[in-house]
Formats: sequence, structure tokens, C-alpha cells
Amino acid sequence: MSLTLLNVIIAVVVAIAFAALNAAYLVWAERRGAARIQRRPGPNINGPFGLLQPPLDGIKLMAKQLIIPGGVDKILFIVAPVLAMFPAIMSFVTIPFSDTIVAKSMDVGILMIFAFASMGGMSLLFAGWSSRNKYAMMSSIRAVSQAVAYEIPMLITTITVVMIAGSMNLMEIVHQQSASILHWNIFPLLGNSHNLLMPFSFLIFFICTLAETNRAPFDLGEAESELVAGFHTEYGSMGFGLFFMGEYANIVIGSCMTTILFLGGWSCPFGLFPGVWWFLLKLYILIATFIWIRWTFPRTTIYGLLNLSWKILIPLSLLNLLITAGLIKVF
Amino acid sequence: MVSYFSDIYNGFISLLIGMGVTFKEFFKPTVTVQYPYETLTMTAKYRGHVELIENDEGKANCVACGLCARACPSGCITVAGEKPEGAKKKVLTKYILDFTKCSLCGSCVESCNFNALEFSKEYNLASTRKEDFIFDLLQRLEERNK
Repeated sequence: MSLTLLNVIIAVVVAIAFAALNAAYLVWAERRGAARIQRRPGPNINGPFGLLQPPLDGIKLMAKQLIIPGGVDKILFIVAPVLAMFPAIMSFVTIPFSDTIVAKSMDVGILMIFAFASMGGMSLLFAGWSSRNKYAMMSSIRAVSQAVAYEIPMLITTITVVMIAGSMNLMEIVHQQSASILHWNIFPLLGNSHNLLMPFSFLIFFICTLAETNRAPFDLGEAESELVAGFHTEYGSMGFGLFFMGEYANIVIGSCMTTILFLGGWSCPFGLFPGVWWFLLKLYILIATFIWIRWTFPRTTIYGLLNLSWKILIPLSLLNLLITAGLIKVF
Repeated sequence: MVSYFSDIYNGFISLLIGMGVTFKEFFKPTVTVQYPYETLTMTAKYRGHVELIENDEGKANCVACGLCARACPSGCITVAGEKPEGAKKKVLTKYILDFTKCSLCGSCVESCNFNALEFSKEYNLASTRKEDFIFDLLQRLEERNK
């Protein structure tokens, strides 16, 4: 696809619309899902099945006054929520949804997505630091230590996949897996690695996505029982809205990445009805699992969180990296 | 080294069990009663404020004997009746229940020998004015029969 101005504008509009729509309706799905698990009906007053709840929430948030408390670092305070949302939208530029639906296929697609994902951690730090609030500060320290701890196993796992595919281009990675379900990186019996430990890599990557997006059970950044609301304690109105949307957009990105790296992207398991819907199906199954996990497990402690990363995920992912490298050399 | 891996394995299995529980709960029907839109039927022993029981003709069973008013420890009940010309029994003309004082002890219902009083199932009682809780039970009976 050539990069004309029109293409760029359409891509940006579609990316923003997709991210915003997903963010809005994931909140609805989250609330409905949580309600079902807790055997409540969930939001059901506004519109059929409560489907008008997200736009009404949006209107409410936008109509509220944007309060900037006294003594905050104004510039960082305003920059932080924007910084939470925009990397998520930027990442959509290079995520391929199918052979044709991609804004810009890049040779360093993975690198770009991880670069932007790490900016998310920065936005939390900015928000917590500029708020002049001890709870926000503590929460941002936690969030950053968490982001650093979980970026390592995530990147190691990604390197494993990149080694198997021999490319950092997301399109290329999907094409490597598209031959059959046994070529998918989650369980590559065929293909060029034959590494039977890849399901563990998939799990490690999935856990890291949970932690990177600050989702329960790793939502120590906004542990509401101890830190009020964490880094967005001082944010109201659309500042809070952007953090919220950024969180959900990041979930979508994380699930997109898991789908592309491990579940064969848009390639269909048995050659049935090829198309973008396979990608969306896998994507939303993963997102449903995110919601499911959130409403199943209680929050971990900060020690448990860091121990899990440094003692279990990093050694295991390194081990799998070595094994994969060896297997690629052998076959 | 073995315990390291067995810890991971056992932890993972217990997580899966937990997810299994929530998965099953997800498909069970909801138990919430959407209060303003749906209400539960009260149990047979529920004690709302007292209400007059009517006979087949739609009149109160009450003969205005005043036993309930006497039995009431809080003095909530005011009963008045009169004997029309040629009638055998007294007819109730006024039955006022001051629900602000009532403690729902049920002495009035117990003391009644004419099966004229029962507990209602009314529980949606809220008001900002005290007067709203002084019920004219005879009037309520007539309104019920309309």
C-alpha cells in the first residue's frame, strides 16, 4: 500500500475510531462480563442490553470540568493522559489485520510497537509524579517497576518468535505461520523450530501482556483499596477518560500482538473462510480471557508480582530462547 | 529445584481451577432483583402495618369492639363505631393507625376475635412528612375495593 496523504488520513481516522470504539465497548463488555460472573445483570438501563452506556459515560466525562489541582506540575499533568492514549493509537498503524488491512507494514513493526508500549509506562510516571499526591506517586513507582520487570520476559519471548520467523515484520511473522494450524507459534509441530515448549512462551507472553497493561491481578498501579485510585487519583473529566481508554486500547494492542505472534494472525486453522474475521475472533477471545481473568483472581502483592517476573518468567523465557535457538540450528 | 517447578505447576493448576469456577458462574442465571422494576413477593410471615380484613360484601369484618386499641402498647390505634338503627352489630366508622408509633408487635392482630386484622405486605413506605404515616385503614379498604 503506497503512503499517500489520503491513505495516511484514512488510516489515522480508522485507527482512532477502532481504538476508541474498542475502548468504549470493552468497558461495556467488562462490566457486563463482571456482572455475569457475579450473577448480576450489569448495566442494562441505557438502551438495549445497556449498549448506550459507553457513549453516555463519554458525554458525562466530557461535560465535566477539567480540574487541575494547585501545586501540580501543569505541563506534565496535562501531557500524561495524552501520552497514555497516543502510543496505543500509534501502534495500530503497523498492526496488520489481514493481508490487505494494514496502514503501514514496517520491517521493524515489533520494535515500533514495543517502543510505543514502553512510553505507556512513562505516562504513568508523569501522571503520578506531577500530581503532587503521595498515593499517585507511590502508585506510579509501582507501575514503573512492574512495567520494567515485565518488559524483559515479554521482549525475550518476542525475540524467540522473531528468531523462528526470521523477521521483525508482523506481516512476515503471520505469513510464516499461515500454512496450517500446526505452524502457529503456540504449538509449532511443523514449521522450522519444532519447539514443544512454545505453549509456555505463549503463556509467558500472555501474563506479561496482563502485567504490562496494568490489568488485574497485576493492577497494583491503581490498587484502589490502598492507593485511592493510583496514578489517576487527581484526574477527573476527560483526563481520567483518556487513561481509561488508553488502558483498554493497550489491552487490544496486547491481544493483537499475542494473536499475531502466537496464534497465526488472520490465518484460519483449517483453511476455512479465510479473512479478517479469524483475526478478530482470536483477538476477542483473548480479550474475553482478559476480562475473565480480571474477575477471577484477587490482586497480587507487589512482592509476588516482582517475584513472578524475576524468579519465574525471566528464567523460563531465557531457557526457551536458548532451546529455540538450538532447535533452529539443528533443523 | 523440584519444589520450584512443583510450585509453579500447583500454582498454575489452582489458577485454572479458579477460572473454572468463574466460567461456570458466568452461565448461571442472574439472581439480582431489579428492585424498582421487579419486586419479590413477601413471605407469609412478613409483618407490614396492619390492615383490615374484608368480608364477602366488601365491608370490614371489624365490629369496632376496640380490643385492638386496648391491646396496643403504644396506643397507635383509634377505633370508632356506631350501631345503625335496627342492626345487631356495631359498624366501624373510623380506624386510624398511627404507624409512626407502631413497633409491629402484633398484639392487635392477636387480640382480635373477629378475624378483622392482618399484617399487610406493604414495605415501600417512605416519606418526608410524618402525616403520611397516619393511615386511615377504613379508607384504604374502600380504595382497595374500588
